[in-house]
Amino acid sequence: MSTTPSDRTLGMGARLRSRLGSLSLSVYGVLGFLFLYLPIVILVIFSFNDSRSTSQWAGFTTDWYRQMIEDRQIILSLWNSLFVAIISTAIATVLGTLAAMAMERYSFRGKMAMDAVLYLPIIIPDIAMAIMLLIFFNVSGIGFQPWEVQFFGNRLAVPYSVIIGHVAFNISFVAVVVRARLANMDRTLEEAAQDLYANTWQTFRRVTLPMLMPGILGGALLAFTLSLDDFVITFFTSGAGFNTLPVRVFGMIRRGVTPKINAVSTLMLAGSFLLILISIISRMRSGEDEDAIQFGL
Amino acid sequence: MQQFLRRHPAVQAWLLLSPGGLFLSVFFIAPLFIVLIYSFLQRGTYGGVVWQFTFENFRRVFDPLYFNTFLRSAYIAILTTFFCLLLGYPLAYFIASRSPRTRSLMLLALMIPFWTNFLIRTYAWLTLLRTNTGLINTALLSLGVIAAPLPLFGNDFAIIVGLVYGWLPVMVLPIYAALDRLDPSLIEAARDLYASSAQVFRRVIWPLSLPGVVAGSMLVFIPALGSFVTPAILGGGKSLMIGNIISNQFLAAHDWPFGSALSMLMMTLMLLGTLYYFRSTLKAEADA
Repeated sequence: MSTTPSDRTLGMGARLRSRLGSLSLSVYGVLGFLFLYLPIVILVIFSFNDSRSTSQWAGFTTDWYRQMIEDRQIILSLWNSLFVAIISTAIATVLGTLAAMAMERYSFRGKMAMDAVLYLPIIIPDIAMAIMLLIFFNVSGIGFQPWEVQFFGNRLAVPYSVIIGHVAFNISFVAVVVRARLANMDRTLEEAAQDLYANTWQTFRRVTLPMLMPGILGGALLAFTLSLDDFVITFFTSGAGFNTLPVRVFGMIRRGVTPKINAVSTLMLAGSFLLILISIISRMRSGEDEDAIQFGL
Repeated sequence: MQQFLRRHPAVQAWLLLSPGGLFLSVFFIAPLFIVLIYSFLQRGTYGGVVWQFTFENFRRVFDPLYFNTFLRSAYIAILTTFFCLLLGYPLAYFIASRSPRTRSLMLLALMIPFWTNFLIRTYAWLTLLRTNTGLINTALLSLGVIAAPLPLFGNDFAIIVGLVYGWLPVMVLPIYAALDRLDPSLIEAARDLYASSAQVFRRVIWPLSLPGVVAGSMLVFIPALGSFVTPAILGGGKSLMIGNIISNQFLAAHDWPFGSALSMLMMTLMLLGTLYYFRSTLKAEADA
């Protein structure tokens, strides 16, 4: 029997207590994860319920999914969501990446103030940002004009104000993620490129940008996810009659609980899982250490 | 041109910053100032504002009718933070005590629910907690455990459950990070000096994980205080928080100046909290 010094110093009772302690810790861990996952699992289960109830099981059906697909309003709001997310992510990624490079690589007057401007949209609550933008679009006369656009065979009318609102909160998130990547980046390769007479642009294009790419992709994925998930800012910046998927779901919840909402929720959960999967795969490809999973994701 | 840029790095920096900076100046800083100005104006008869300076909105904020909601929101946010800590600390401890491989899988499992839509997660609790048709009451009634439905919905309890569920992961992460950084030899040293498990925890582990606890509490308290969706869905229209009062000023009451004053006060409180947090962590780092 091998005994470590600390085993010897502990009496039998103490050893048992610590074993009991680790057992109760495990039980606790399992319960913790059950708490996190059980509500989601139950939500998905009842999307297949053959009844209007979301609490009493009455047999299996996929009818709620059929109803969901046949609901033109839901499908349209899904396209709206995707359109807003794609456009706002593209803009926020470019602006946020440029800002991150300025903030991480240079020192200049007014940097502190710029730091505050970049962090504020992350800190202040959704509802405050939403009403700020609502008042602004009203007062400035920009209003809630829609962008009429053909998107995968659907005629969409997306208010510019919604896209602007999404870009406004996403720039900061992209900048934070890209900055973290820049801060951890090895600068010797860039210096080597410059020693070999590469000019600023060539160094950026051939060395910095490829090395920075995982950070930019991570930032873009985060922006895309946040944009798809946003309810509050969209709700207040859309004027009347425009719905993204979360806004539509909120309206449906207000009118009453049905398994159809569970079906839409399941669809959105599947979308989130897909995005998380993409994020994990791209992280593994870029060879980042596993601990990184806990952050940006 | 290239020469000029090379000699003036600050110009390079501002060129990089200008697109994002301009965007945020117009669509974030300007709106912020407009809200500030609005909070000192009078409401118009049919919505809109009258351009006349007044402190009336801020006086009304301290009217018991509204100030009580402020206090209730703070109370809900504090309880949410407390329960997140109570559930989150052991969970973080559990994760930190696993092998590196299991640990990263568990962190992933922890964060997956967090990255799913908040509205959906709140809705999931709506289907569980509703008074007459919620899953919990239905199950307990049919098992005969209770005779009448429990008041699980449309009150502070429901809001706190929804908020704890929503924000638990951001409490666990920083605590986990602090526990992960903890040097195991310190614990062994304490044991060698005949400290009991309770003493090791109270004298070594807890103080060293405190930065994580403070960070996690900030990350939970701030969004909980400003929440809008959770009370709107789980409060059942009866239990409201400050976020709902603000939104009502814009959606129903058409009192924009008052809504602006309320949100200015909310933002000020949060910024003060955040500044205090940063200052205390900077000071702690300087001391260390």
